[in-house]
Amino acid sequence: MSNSSYSTPQVFVPPDGNQSYTAGRVHKNSGWVLFLQTVIARSYPRVVGQMRDISWMFFDTLLPLLSVCTYVFVYRAIHAPEDYIGFVVLGGAMLAFWMNVLWGMSSQLYWEKEQGNLSLYIMSPASLMAMLLGMAFGGLFSTSLRALLIIVLGSWFFNVQYAIANFAQLFAVFFLAMVALYGLGMMTSSLYLLLSREAWHVSNLFQEPVFLFSGFYFPIKNFSFWISAVASIIPLTLGLDAMRQLVFKSGPSLGFISVPIEIIVLVILSVVFLYTSRLMLAHMEKLAIREGRLTENRR
Amino acid sequence: MLETDQKSITHNLPVYSRSFKVAAWLGWQIESNWTDPLLFAIYSIIKPLAGAAILVVMYSVITNGNFASPIFSYIYLGNAFYIYVGAIMTGISWAVIDDREHYKTLKYMYVAPINIQAYLIGRGVARFLVASITVVITIAVGYLFLHVKLDLAAINWPLFLIALLIGVVMLAMMGLSLAGISLVIVNNVWFIGDAVAGALFLFSGAIFPLEVLPVWIRPIGYIMPVTYWLELLRRSLVGHIAEAFPTLQGLNNLQLIGILLGLTIIFGTISFFLFRYCEHIAQEKGLLDRVTNY
Repeated sequence: MSNSSYSTPQVFVPPDGNQSYTAGRVHKNSGWVLFLQTVIARSYPRVVGQMRDISWMFFDTLLPLLSVCTYVFVYRAIHAPEDYIGFVVLGGAMLAFWMNVLWGMSSQLYWEKEQGNLSLYIMSPASLMAMLLGMAFGGLFSTSLRALLIIVLGSWFFNVQYAIANFAQLFAVFFLAMVALYGLGMMTSSLYLLLSREAWHVSNLFQEPVFLFSGFYFPIKNFSFWISAVASIIPLTLGLDAMRQLVFKSGPSLGFISVPIEIIVLVILSVVFLYTSRLMLAHMEKLAIREGRLTENRR
Repeated sequence: MLETDQKSITHNLPVYSRSFKVAAWLGWQIESNWTDPLLFAIYSIIKPLAGAAILVVMYSVITNGNFASPIFSYIYLGNAFYIYVGAIMTGISWAVIDDREHYKTLKYMYVAPINIQAYLIGRGVARFLVASITVVITIAVGYLFLHVKLDLAAINWPLFLIALLIGVVMLAMMGLSLAGISLVIVNNVWFIGDAVAGALFLFSGAIFPLEVLPVWIRPIGYIMPVTYWLELLRRSLVGHIAEAFPTLQGLNNLQLIGILLGLTIIFGTISFFLFRYCEHIAQEKGLLDRVTNY
């Protein structure tokens, strides 16, 4: 072999003759196109994975439904008004979103670190924010299916009666609650970049106390104003309260504050959480790189 | 029992004992050494106390805080002792997942000179200890602040201790069966302990009398040892209140102990053989060192 063969760069010619590869260079997307591609790519496994493995119907729908049933029967045992049965069914469905944010969003970067993917994410040209957004979209889609099933089955089992007052407000409340909730998940996920073995325990710790203070099984009006106000930092607190006011006959009389005010607060929470998540992610990523936490694996 | 079986058990007792003790110590380290003791203590009690608080608020909302009603003590104590169910069953079955998927040491456990069943049960001890502290704190909070009708002088301590002991053995054996199932399934293995605990929470009438359930569901509750265990614990602590509910009114304490003991032996035997069967399948299919990353 002559030396001249080394002086000429090898040009890769794709079999389909794609113009992107002309002049031996592979065209790579960047900017918003890459951002969108990353969002779609990261949400893809969550959506498709769910369709390929239908065991979630048992583990993620029927099992939470058992908890819902338990709390319904507690209300039945103490002769609660029928609307409270509906409160539990709705709360049980919305609980799926909190679990998804807690385990599938916040702690996701910790799982990725455990599996060795996190450093690959950081090295790639794709934005970490886009990856989190992809997780959020994928998680939101799959969790919505679960929540819908819980509502349908729960309502059917216990003959829950709905009296929807305003569809537009109901849609707005749900949409804003989800934006704010997943924004919160994106914000807290940056904290998990710094965590190691304790991440699992931290997520575990935030389950039951949030079930309590967000009023998944009862109206938060029963707490004092300030406890309810502080609990409203979790978007599901106000989201659930507003939804109950909008879909149950006795809802308005048991609401914490009026629905329009709750919508305004949810808008503010959405903006604050999404903006803060961007800032925190950038800061925590730098901090984690500086402190060598991205590949750390303390079991 | 055959003489050779007795000899085998006597010969292996040191192995069982060593496996159990070392596993208990290891389980405690894994559970607790991720943080400092104070934070661990707070972490351990916040979760169950929040769970109890949900029921307290639910009850309070509907009854305007009428905590003196017998149904409140029924709900509260049932919920408090149910902490053991999740802790022990999940503690034992989780050891399989932890060792296989996380630490990747399950294969080494199988080549070590230990008894694997004693080892797994030992791994549940840490959660049993934490659960015990939590149960005591939960009941103390109920007694001091929520008018749970406990009369310390009237507690039937022998009945309480016997019921607690049989119940812990029963839960450990049920945990062992879940550990066996965890050896052979992949998807959603993480949730199996919580899933079974959640189902038992509903069917055993832990926080409401079984009469509240539809008639066709009640038989499930009657074949669950947890139902009788919780009834015995309630009777030992607040006998007059527990007996006011019709579920097991026709049975006296001795009959309840007999049923609990019988069901524990049946469930224990099933668990033992189920674990052995699952273990055999896992060995045949090479599943003991599998990491699913699921």
